Amino acid sequence: MTVNHFVILSALLFGIGALGVLVRRNPLIMFMGIELMLNAVNLAFVAFSRFLQSLDGQVFVFLVLTVAAAEVAVGLAIIVALFRTRATVDVDEVSGLKG
Amino acid sequence: MDLIVFYLFATLAVIAALGVVALRNPVHAALCLAVVFISLAALYVLLSAPFVAAAQVMIYAGAILILFVFVIMLLSPGVDQGAGALKWQRPLAAVFGLALAVELILVLASAVLPAARGQYTPERLAQIGDVQAIGALLFTDFLLPFEITSLLLLVAMVGVIVLAKKRVRS
Repeated sequence: MTVNHFVILSALLFGIGALGVLVRRNPLIMFMGIELMLNAVNLAFVAFSRFLQSLDGQVFVFLVLTVAAAEVAVGLAIIVALFRTRATVDVDEVSGLKG
Repeated sequence: MDLIVFYLFATLAVIAALGVVALRNPVHAALCLAVVFISLAALYVLLSAPFVAAAQVMIYAGAILILFVFVIMLLSPGVDQGAGALKWQRPLAAVFGLALAVELILVLASAVLPAARGQYTPERLAQIGDVQAIGALLFTDFLLPFEITSLLLLVAMVGVIVLAKKRVRS
């Protein structure tokens, strides 16, 4: 069990998360993709923290957790506001700023 | 033994992550996301980081996932209806996502980590306690980021209330 195992798993999860953000048109699922990417980064942080025998990575994970919580709360509030005004949750339909 | 546990939870996490991306029903995707979060918590335990594992279960699998399910129930967006206006968007996105994953894996697999030089060996952590060590770091070296975090949470709270409340027209 080396650091490479964890870092490669982290890269895989990050790729899958990015794929989710690109492929799906439901903003809820796109947010889940962003959560997957944040989790992948957290895994890399903890793995490096463990194998470098330093705790800085774990403190960073703590900060990423709070940012993720704030981001999800605001993002979901935006989705709720969007659903109220447009009665749809499809990112392709929200093109009011398109030229 | 460690390697078996790693591969078990790693495959579980990857399969569930693919489920998040592929399943059409948002509720199923949210449940797959819960599996990802909990298998990552198990991997954190394997990495001897019990505090992060507990925070992962409480904040991600608890708070964030409940928020997702709550909004899904509130909006009931229904099942995703396949490709939209741009037919070529999905295959192109799949190619780019795969390219990103392959690129990251190629770079990271060849990377060499410098030798461990920190002071927090697993033995020392077991002696002073994981949570105590992280707490001491948070209130000494990382005091400013920690305080800024509280400001961020306050801003998020105010922002959510402003965004989600009903407009009162005067």
